[in-house]
Amino acid sequence: MAGETLLELKNLKTQFFTDDGVVRAVDGVSFEMKRGETLCVVGESGCGKSVTARSILQIVDYPGRVVEGQILFHRQRQEEGKSEVNEIIDLAALDPRSRAIRDVRGKDISMIFQEPMTSLSPIHTIGDQIIEAIRLHLPVSKEEAEARAVELLRRVGIPRPGDRLNAYTFQLSGGMRQRAMIAMSLSCNPSLLIADEPTTALDVTTQAQILDLMRELKDEFGMSIMLITHDLGVVAEMADDVVVMYLGTVAEKGDVDSIFHDPKHPYTQALLRSIPKLGLRAQGIRLDSIRGMVPDPYNRPGGCPYHTRCDDFMPGLCDKITPPPIEMGEERLVRCLLYGDQKAMADQTQQTVKVR
Amino acid sequence: MTTEVQPVSRENKQTGRPIEPVQPEHALQDSESRVYVASQYTLMWRKFRKHRLAMFGGIVTIAIYLVVIFAEFLAPFPSSAFSSQYTYAPPQPLHLFDETPDGMRFAPYVNGYKVEIDPVALRRTFVVDPEEKIPVSFFTRGTPYKMWWLFKSDIHLVGPIEYDADPDRIKIPVYLLGADRLGRDVLSRMIYGTRISMTIGLVGVALSFLLGITLGGISGYYGGGLDNIIQRAIEFLRSIPTIPLWMGLAAALPSSWSPLQVFFGITIILSLIGWTGLARVVRGRFLALRTEDFVMSARLDGNSEFRTIMVHMVPSFFSHIIASLTLSIPGMILAETSLSFLGLGLRSPVVSWGVLLQEAQNIRSVATAPWLLVPGLAVVVAVLALNFLGDGLRDAADPYGR
Amino acid sequence: MLQFILRRVFYMIPTLFVISLVSFAIIQLPPGDYLTSLVASMAATGETVDRAALAALEQRYGLGQPVYVQYWKWISGILLHGDFGQSFEWNQPVSTLLWGRLALTFMISLFTLFFTWIVAFPIGIFSAVRQYSWGDYVATIIGYVGLAIPNFLIALILMYVAFKFFNQSVGGLFSPEYQDAAWDWAKLWDLFKHLWIPVVIIGTAGTAGLIRIMRANLLDELHKPYVVTARAKGLSEERLLLKYPVRVALNPFVSTVGWTLPALVSGEAIVSIVLSLPTTGPLLLRALMSQDMYLAGSFIMLLSTLTVIGTLLSDVLLAWLDPRIRLTQ
Ligand SMILES: Nc1ncnc2c1ncn2[C@@H]1O[C@H](COP(=O)(O)OP(=O)(O)OP(=O)(O)O)[C@@H](O)[C@H]1O
Ligand SMILES: [Mg+2]
Repeated sequence: MAGETLLELKNLKTQFFTDDGVVRAVDGVSFEMKRGETLCVVGESGCGKSVTARSILQIVDYPGRVVEGQILFHRQRQEEGKSEVNEIIDLAALDPRSRAIRDVRGKDISMIFQEPMTSLSPIHTIGDQIIEAIRLHLPVSKEEAEARAVELLRRVGIPRPGDRLNAYTFQLSGGMRQRAMIAMSLSCNPSLLIADEPTTALDVTTQAQILDLMRELKDEFGMSIMLITHDLGVVAEMADDVVVMYLGTVAEKGDVDSIFHDPKHPYTQALLRSIPKLGLRAQGIRLDSIRGMVPDPYNRPGGCPYHTRCDDFMPGLCDKITPPPIEMGEERLVRCLLYGDQKAMADQTQQTVKVR
Repeated sequence: MTTEVQPVSRENKQTGRPIEPVQPEHALQDSESRVYVASQYTLMWRKFRKHRLAMFGGIVTIAIYLVVIFAEFLAPFPSSAFSSQYTYAPPQPLHLFDETPDGMRFAPYVNGYKVEIDPVALRRTFVVDPEEKIPVSFFTRGTPYKMWWLFKSDIHLVGPIEYDADPDRIKIPVYLLGADRLGRDVLSRMIYGTRISMTIGLVGVALSFLLGITLGGISGYYGGGLDNIIQRAIEFLRSIPTIPLWMGLAAALPSSWSPLQVFFGITIILSLIGWTGLARVVRGRFLALRTEDFVMSARLDGNSEFRTIMVHMVPSFFSHIIASLTLSIPGMILAETSLSFLGLGLRSPVVSWGVLLQEAQNIRSVATAPWLLVPGLAVVVAVLALNFLGDGLRDAADPYGR
Repeated sequence: MLQFILRRVFYMIPTLFVISLVSFAIIQLPPGDYLTSLVASMAATGETVDRAALAALEQRYGLGQPVYVQYWKWISGILLHGDFGQSFEWNQPVSTLLWGRLALTFMISLFTLFFTWIVAFPIGIFSAVRQYSWGDYVATIIGYVGLAIPNFLIALILMYVAFKFFNQSVGGLFSPEYQDAAWDWAKLWDLFKHLWIPVVIIGTAGTAGLIRIMRANLLDELHKPYVVTARAKGLSEERLLLKYPVRVALNPFVSTVGWTLPALVSGEAIVSIVLSLPTTGPLLLRALMSQDMYLAGSFIMLLSTLTVIGTLLSDVLLAWLDPRIRLTQ
């Protein structure tokens, strides 16, 4: 089972059509996820991580829309009484309001969010919200759903789960709320859990507990996790594979070891230099921060999106040519002109320029 | 670890080309950077201008206040000039061009009236007589007046060419919006009414503002027991029906008072209840600001409380206050209109929209002279314009909001 | 919950006390006192003034004694005996004039409240969900205009239109044949047939205001993270809308009763005067004009009191709807 493909994003583009212009929030993202793995998506604020995640479920906020690309989800379902059904569905092709996509949401793919306080309704009990999620997808009675909700709450480590069913969010601590959120997302045994910065709003101890919980649950429920985070420490701890995003594109991806020990893309290198490490001070090494600011989403720089801040900027190349994905060994990709045959690339890009 | 492609070396990377300085072209574009450095007021103005209804409301409001300022000039007749001859005369359309022997010429006129006897009700009614022409003219001499109680003039925007200087009588009928029960010109009265109604709105809001900013400020700045008392008072005032209360208070104004005293009495009564909304806004702002860094540091710098409030806090929500003020003028206008309409507000000879509408209080006068409702249109237009303007200002006051 | 209600009722007492003070002040405001007016009016109608009766009245109202004694006599009369004093214009106890008219006023206000809700709620939801659509623009314009027209003006225009084009009068609450009839089903039905006109007139401004409030509330809620969560669960848009954002937006909507109710009662007073409905408005105006102060003061006090009670009920409803209020206060 592990090693099989679960989800493939192919050249995904999601754009926001605002009054002031088009925001190309996700601009040709491609990557693949395996069953049972944890994929971490990292990148600076505003680089399109959340939008990518939401595009998968087609829940991008108005005025945003998936405009191009494919999201191939390999669905494996054990229907009651029937044999296992395997199918590949293109989520990007589904209408965001259609039954088909609603059937995937919460059942095959579920999602948890950054702010556990505001991500749950303030005036409904958490029991109500979890039971709703269960009964929406599973043919169970109210009592069965309730029993399952209690079981889930117990599993995510909420004490006195039976009582907590009737609690409102404002009666729970941040960590408890996030646990309730996780319980809700697990209610239909999803094969993929997308967690959008699930621990950012929590204190450090709680963060560690929640991450541990997610790791345990991943194995227990046999699901994959797409974890979106800013925190490279979390990545090191949790990830099998890493996708580094910059301004709506994938800058680099690979398994966690190669990313950390042999980063190729100057952006990844800069990101890694910006994590504090013990002992650096003693060696007299200053902590780096990435030069400059993320460019304005309304007018993205041409060529490589990172060239405005890159230390290895090559005038005439980086600001003209959009780097193609370059394979650097198995499961390893980088989009940077420092690598690969530049002449060929220049020709190739000129062609595409002509086509445009 | 196998890599198919070796990273190109630094030397190689330059591909032999001379190293050019990094062009600033990819830095923020000029127009872009201006967004970030634009002052707060520029931002507000930019946002306000995008709000088309608000712009429209602003223009209409300015026009209305121009009417307030130039009432004497704009009104063809004094507000009290009457004519026992032309009671309830209907509006006369204004014709700009007349047919003369040498073709159509610019020669404005209105038609005169002839009397008809209503065969059913056996009542005298006026109808516009297309045969008779009364020449009128623009920027013409008419009843003399003292502009702003300062300098004398007798130029009116429009009026009959022949005129009678008697300020109490209308001899030559030019009733563009018809005449009332006493043969007074509805248009002129409406123009003077605009002055009173709009002024009462401004003065009332100014009084409410004083009360509101003082009490709201105390409430928000000091908090605690004072806050509690003021909040209870606000809740109390908001929980009782205003019209009956206003009626009760207004009826208590002594009938011996002069019109000016009544004017201020009514204004005070209206603002006694109107301040609560503003106080809430001010209090909310104060509460939000109290903990902000710049206020804290101003306090720690040893500024006096009053100075802290006036110099550091008030300017930071000035635009919100302006918006709330604009939005409370319509309430004042509507309240004054209602009270005067009931006969409990301003009294003649003071003319306000409400006083004018009082003429239309019973169905019989409305049925004979529906043009008596025209001042109601003025109320609606003024209130709409102020609401549009206020909404636009409120949105603009929050230039970073959605 | 019970505790919450009890506390709110307890908080209401000072408010009611202040209302009674204000009403008493209004009674006392006109120059001269009640008895002098009474004697004057009796003299005017040629009645003989009975000294003993006068003395009894002086005793009854504490005239000539300090103000607080007068207040005490007045308020205790109301609280203990339901005696609101005497209307010298009608020469009847105020209480006989009061209740029937008050009942009709509150009936109209209540119907208007329901009317505004039933109209404003769906339109507000529609406007928010289809923001910037045609329907939204129309609703917004109606909202602005509805707020800008004083409701007595609407009443006047409606009366004019009915008179001019349909040649009928729209005033009153009863057809002539039921005017003085005893209450029965037929009379009630007749009342309902007349009721909608004042209800619609009084309701315009309120409806316009509520549409704007509902729209703004819902727009705030529509983009909250919990809506995204619900969507990510797989709920359909319609179910999601009604269960989450609309339900949350309902709470501030309910709390608007606190100020719509006073506005409705105000509107009712002035519209009734124009339409000459047999409710409190016309009588209050008349009483104020003729300085029949016990009658006027009683009306003001009871209208305010009932409004405050209405607000209390809306608070209780809000607490019942919103666990954040119910459980944290
Ligand atoms: N509703 C929206 N309207 C317009 N633009 C939007 C909207 N939502 C997101 N964007 C744009 O999409 C881009 C990507 O946003 P996204 O939320 O995916 O960033 P992110 O990587 O998740 O950042 P963070 O780490 O802060 O969560 C941003 O540049 C943002 O401006
Ligand atoms: Mg995000």
